[in-house]
Amino acid sequence: MLTFDTYSPAPAPPPIGLPPALLKGRHDITLPPPSLSEQTRWMLAVRDHRDKAAFAQLFDYYAPRLKGVLMRGGANPARAEDVVQDVMLTLWRKAHMFDPERAQVSAWVYRIARNRNVDLARKAARAVPQELAPEPDAEPDAAQSLALEQEAAQLRAALSRLKPDQKALIEQAYLGELTHSEITAQTGLPLGTVKSRIRLGLERLRHELKGLRQP
Amino acid sequence: MTNDMSKIAHHVPENMLVAYAAGTLPYAFELVVAAHVSVCDECRAQLGAVECAGGAVLDETGAANLSDGLRNRILDDLDAPENAPAAMPAPTGEDPYPAPVFQAMGERAPRWRSVGLGVKQAILHADTTGSVRLLKIPQGQAMPDHSHGGLELTLVLQGSFHDETGQFNTGDLEIADDTLEHTPVAGNECPCICLAATDAPLVFKGLMPRLAQRFFRI
Repeated sequence: MLTFDTYSPAPAPPPIGLPPALLKGRHDITLPPPSLSEQTRWMLAVRDHRDKAAFAQLFDYYAPRLKGVLMRGGANPARAEDVVQDVMLTLWRKAHMFDPERAQVSAWVYRIARNRNVDLARKAARAVPQELAPEPDAEPDAAQSLALEQEAAQLRAALSRLKPDQKALIEQAYLGELTHSEITAQTGLPLGTVKSRIRLGLERLRHELKGLRQP
Repeated sequence: MTNDMSKIAHHVPENMLVAYAAGTLPYAFELVVAAHVSVCDECRAQLGAVECAGGAVLDETGAANLSDGLRNRILDDLDAPENAPAAMPAPTGEDPYPAPVFQAMGERAPRWRSVGLGVKQAILHADTTGSVRLLKIPQGQAMPDHSHGGLELTLVLQGSFHDETGQFNTGDLEIADDTLEHTPVAGNECPCICLAATDAPLVFKGLMPRLAQRFFRI
């Protein structure tokens, strides 16, 4: 954990404007956490350090939500927990595939869960896009990860501001309760609202993808 | 993919990307969307955005209580060797077929069957929810006039075609519904290979094509 001790070995002058009470024992004050979300930090700890405690945190956050979504989609509790187990173990085993510059943890979990659910629901394996060839020797770009997280936070805020009936439609569309023609027919579906929130992130992502095209 | 995909002009509409992300498209359409996203950076980024919204919905949706023991069972499982064989290497495609199409082909060359007028097809999958096939049309050749009982998605994998609605180059996706009666004509540069999916049988106008349709399942 970063403290002022490791951050600045020399006695630092008291920060201007900080109330004196907060200065007491300032050597124990931790730096403000990086602005990556908890979920991303847990996932990176799993990816980079095989950190089981971080995995347990991810489990406690995602497993009940996944079960809720699956049961809402009509799965019985046992089947829902089977999928939860598959998805959570995939998070652990495929952690090396996690790239916070391209996808947020929740988006990644959403994708894994949907793929697994479709695979189980029918015989033909789900058709998924060809993976991009990894960029050779790419340095992690923390700014891109942060930007994506900020976009995602704005998206969540935008969703929470929708009228209840609009929000319900969005949920139905994304949780697989509407067919594509039903989605088209729903004139009140604020897909555009949702999209505009992530446009900036999209532009960045698209720029990055151009460099990733396979030769 | 060695094709120049930078000029893709016809993309997957957003409602279809959402349905793809949510897993509600019939398999035939799902394969076409996955194939287009494989070669189209713009739609890949759009799909990323859609999945980001899906993640936000997942975050917000009500949680369900887990049964006792699930957590410990999974945490205990982390060190267990995987039951499944080691993960297969990420599938790669083979020109002009992107990976998901190549997989649907059984990872071998298509088994072309002639359907007349030099046009060949290879059915990849057909069931009650629709069908998806590869079509190979000689240079400059027209497909028979046809309209659709349902929706038809046509992705150009090689060459190009044009019809009453416009020009479709490699990577472009045409979406035709039952109001469109069209005659696609392959471009002159090379044989045109398309991935075509319907959620209903095509309807051809002439008698012979109709008989051929019944026989060849096109």
